Amino acid sequence: MTSLQVPALSEAGTALCLVCILLVPLSGAGLAIINTGLGRSRSAAHSMLASLCVVAVAALVYFICGFAFQGYLGRPAHILTLAGKGWSWIAAGPLFLQGLKLDGSPDSLAAWLQILSVGLAALIPLGSGADRWRLPAICASTALLAGVTYPVFAHWVWGGGWLAQLGANYGLGRGFVDAGGGSSIQAVGGLTALSIAWIVGPRRGKYSPDGMPTAIPGHNAVQVLLGCVLTLVGWLGLNSAGAILFTGIAPTGTVLVAVNTALSASVAALAAVMITRMRFGKPDASLVANGWVSGLVASSAGCASVTPAAAVFIGLVAGVLITFSVELLEARLAVDDPGGAVSVHAAAGIWGVLALGFVASSGAAGQWLAQLVGIATLLGFVLPLTYGLNWLLDRFLPQRAPLEGERLGMDVYELGASAYPEFVTHTEEFIPR
Amino acid sequence: MKLAGFLLLLAGWGIVLCAVALLRSAAQRSGFVLAGLGVEVLGLVLAVRSHLVFPTERE
Repeated sequence: MTSLQVPALSEAGTALCLVCILLVPLSGAGLAIINTGLGRSRSAAHSMLASLCVVAVAALVYFICGFAFQGYLGRPAHILTLAGKGWSWIAAGPLFLQGLKLDGSPDSLAAWLQILSVGLAALIPLGSGADRWRLPAICASTALLAGVTYPVFAHWVWGGGWLAQLGANYGLGRGFVDAGGGSSIQAVGGLTALSIAWIVGPRRGKYSPDGMPTAIPGHNAVQVLLGCVLTLVGWLGLNSAGAILFTGIAPTGTVLVAVNTALSASVAALAAVMITRMRFGKPDASLVANGWVSGLVASSAGCASVTPAAAVFIGLVAGVLITFSVELLEARLAVDDPGGAVSVHAAAGIWGVLALGFVASSGAAGQWLAQLVGIATLLGFVLPLTYGLNWLLDRFLPQRAPLEGERLGMDVYELGASAYPEFVTHTEEFIPR
Repeated sequence: MKLAGFLLLLAGWGIVLCAVALLRSAAQRSGFVLAGLGVEVLGLVLAVRSHLVFPTERE
């Protein structure tokens, strides 16, 4: 079955898909906890509240217009004819999910999965904007992601859009393939995280005047590592549901998906342990956590198309890549990304998409080129779009908190109370006076 | 420099789209897709460099 056919689900398949989708919120919960643990204690409550607001805004905006723009296989779309071939650019569905029967049909399941997935994508930038991104701006930026950036790209990948049709129209393998959202969820979220990190700039005190970065460690490693466990459970559901609904695998194929997902995360985490131990003498908990999530992210695109051995390879490269990428961004490129969101979600997501083109077990000719076209679209369309939208937003609604917000912490500044009122002293060692 | 970087990103994507839509030969198509990606990498480098601003300069 190609990715352009609506999957025919039996009752058992529908039930399995429902269970998998029910697990997806755990991936969001895990990411929220990881982001909070990697930030400062003085912004912990703000981070968790922002996560909740992000999920809520994303779900609402996606309900209003997101699904109308994204669509699903077999639903109406605007088609542009170029050189005799039809290019599906955007869906043409009604707003507010009108006309969609929420009865367990594949398109209703896809809509439900996407309402949760768009929240997951919108949680990712919270990691890069931690400790200085204002709550109103977070909500507005999320609305732009859920209403414009995400649905447009997701239509191209999952809604029968031109990327998915590269195989049928131009003989490029099976077209652009991404079962679990390595591009449409992770890379889109990661590139938005990069845009936010650029627009809000580094935290005060992060860099010395000569550009040397200062270590600002996360405040709760236990929280971060607990979040990793939650993300695994959520990712098993996300990858399995995505593989069933968007690549049309049989429900029994979810065993391969689950094995690949777990293996990729495990190897990536172990690779991060080894690399950080070799480089720093001891394993680094935050980088290992980032490695774990990067393994999950890298597994998403090819979870249903690669062998377990290939999943091990994908996870291994992701785990190694992440340890160097985090350092490169922080130390050399002046990107202050407390949660490692750019490396974990953008870099690992793009790696997973690319790897599928070379190690997919189907071995379809031209698959690697289809994957490259997808990556070029992420860099050449999604990044400028998401940066431009957030830059415009920043003109009307300043995204960065003022100095007072960073000095007090976002908890006290925006919420009026700290997450840990009995335990925390607000040191100002990182704030230049 | 920032604007030039993002324009190069868009231009690279345009090359990739044109290669897919207009070229028939697999070798030509692959070559132009890789060339488009190369242009995008240049754009990304420019965009990154334009954001290499440390706190004292921002203030």
